Amino acid sequence: MKHKRSNWLLRVYVVVFLVYMLLPLVVMGGAALNDSRFPSVLPWMGLTDRWFVDLWNDGRMWVAFRNTVLVALAVVTLSVPIGTAGAILINTLGGTIRSGLYGIMVAPILTPGAVTGISTLLFWNKYSVPAGLHLAVLGQVSFISALVMLLVLARLQTFDHALEEAALDLGASHGQVVRRILLPHLYPAMWAGAAIAFFQSTENFNTTLFTRGTSDTLTVYVFSKVRSGITPTINAFALILIGTTIVCTALYEISRRRAERRAAAESDAAASPVGETAGP
Amino acid sequence: MNHLLRRYGASLTVTLVVLTAFWLLVLVILPYLYLFENSFRPYLPIGEVGGPKDVYSLDNYLIFFKSPIHIQVFIWTILYSSIVTVLCFVMAYPLAYYLAKVASSKAVPTIFMLLLIPLWVSEILRSFAWFIILSLKGPLNIFLTEVGIIETPIRWISGFRSIIIGLVYTYVLFMLFPIYNSIQSLDTNQIEAAEDLGSPWWRTHWRVVLPHSKPGIASGSVMVFMLSAGSILVPTLLASTNSRWFTEIIQQWMFESQDWNTGSAYAFLLLLLCTFFVSAVMRIFRVSLSDIAK
Repeated sequence: MKHKRSNWLLRVYVVVFLVYMLLPLVVMGGAALNDSRFPSVLPWMGLTDRWFVDLWNDGRMWVAFRNTVLVALAVVTLSVPIGTAGAILINTLGGTIRSGLYGIMVAPILTPGAVTGISTLLFWNKYSVPAGLHLAVLGQVSFISALVMLLVLARLQTFDHALEEAALDLGASHGQVVRRILLPHLYPAMWAGAAIAFFQSTENFNTTLFTRGTSDTLTVYVFSKVRSGITPTINAFALILIGTTIVCTALYEISRRRAERRAAAESDAAASPVGETAGP
Repeated sequence: MNHLLRRYGASLTVTLVVLTAFWLLVLVILPYLYLFENSFRPYLPIGEVGGPKDVYSLDNYLIFFKSPIHIQVFIWTILYSSIVTVLCFVMAYPLAYYLAKVASSKAVPTIFMLLLIPLWVSEILRSFAWFIILSLKGPLNIFLTEVGIIETPIRWISGFRSIIIGLVYTYVLFMLFPIYNSIQSLDTNQIEAAEDLGSPWWRTHWRVVLPHSKPGIASGSVMVFMLSAGSILVPTLLASTNSRWFTEIIQQWMFESQDWNTGSAYAFLLLLLCTFFVSAVMRIFRVSLSDIAK
């Protein structure tokens, strides 16, 4: 069957694509362990940990690391409430106002980070606010709020407003309606938004570059390292990041499979009434 | 609005409106307007700002239009970002189709996990990886000469070749995910019906799958183009002596010349380009903004 053959081809393509996505990371990570001044895996000069020691002793890296975490936490703190408020607000509107507001809200996602950074810098400079990490936070919040807004808005589509009406009829206060009915429904989207906001903030470069002033974040630190003379300490940094990612990914995958198996077991048990009484 | 008042009361409604207004006015609209306004003003020493010389003019834009090099770099950026967008589509489409319609539902989450690893490793390190791979004494050349495919090392980092390689690697996933999402919502019965009626595979794709995945392709194209044209890291890391990117010129105005006014004129041109691209894609694919930004 021709069907089978084309599937086989596609499968080969998937493997090739995965290798294409992952092999560069292996090369980059591997170079961290190679005792060669220029970061490369070939030729192999022997195993070393000196690049990790260099990285550990680099005070600038630690400052940049702290700055990155602080900025990311500030971005999460601001963008989750802002994005959620925006989503709730736009969800009650309709017609041209809705599409106009929606356009303004998503525009920052479709704007190059450099433009966002420069406009933030100029605007606050006008009010004599100097560049620095606080401006980096504001610049990032302008587009990360939009990501949170989109997540929360999607979640709101499955929300039954009749529940709020019912609560009000039964004498709940406005605060109770929000706290006990609306927000619990939105929490999954808000948590996802917080995770994405944190991740987007730590990885941001373009907006940060123009607003940071003289402070470093990790991306800026790596960038200046790359420009000022390449040493494998960057690879050591990369390997740590890749390692952390793989560990987190693996943990997530294991918990996902476990949950899947549990769900499968539960549906089996529900399907056969004998299974329920007889036990495992 | 009445809706909000009735459900959440006055104080909560005010909070919601204030938060949204702060975001849209203070963080988005006013900075953009100020960028626009600033781009028409001359670059002056601090003492003369607001003085008689501080008048609106098109001078900053004329600097661009009178500089053949800057115009050429602008066109290069558009051209090569478009090439990157097309390449990303060609690479991502088969994979998106496979993941959405062919792969077993057990394998898909695992493949996605693997694909997400490079996404979590930041953009700068992804381009740094290719800097190592492509360098003259790098692993790719050593591997190719050892195997005997080439005799002398190839200078990979030359012209726009390395920038294209880096941009495709860095942004191809931003094409994959939206296309996957839109193909996934296609009813598999439609594909089977087309095949049962004797349609060859390419026609099934051309007439059934591709039209259905239009919103995803539009969304992916906008993201990849915008990210490529606005990229600073990849063109800096993988540039050769004869390749320049528009963002590098913006950086020069902002950091080296410290001329923020001309810098904002150039940044505005970049913004204009991306806005134009978004509306062109919406026109061509006949999709709305809410299809693109999801």
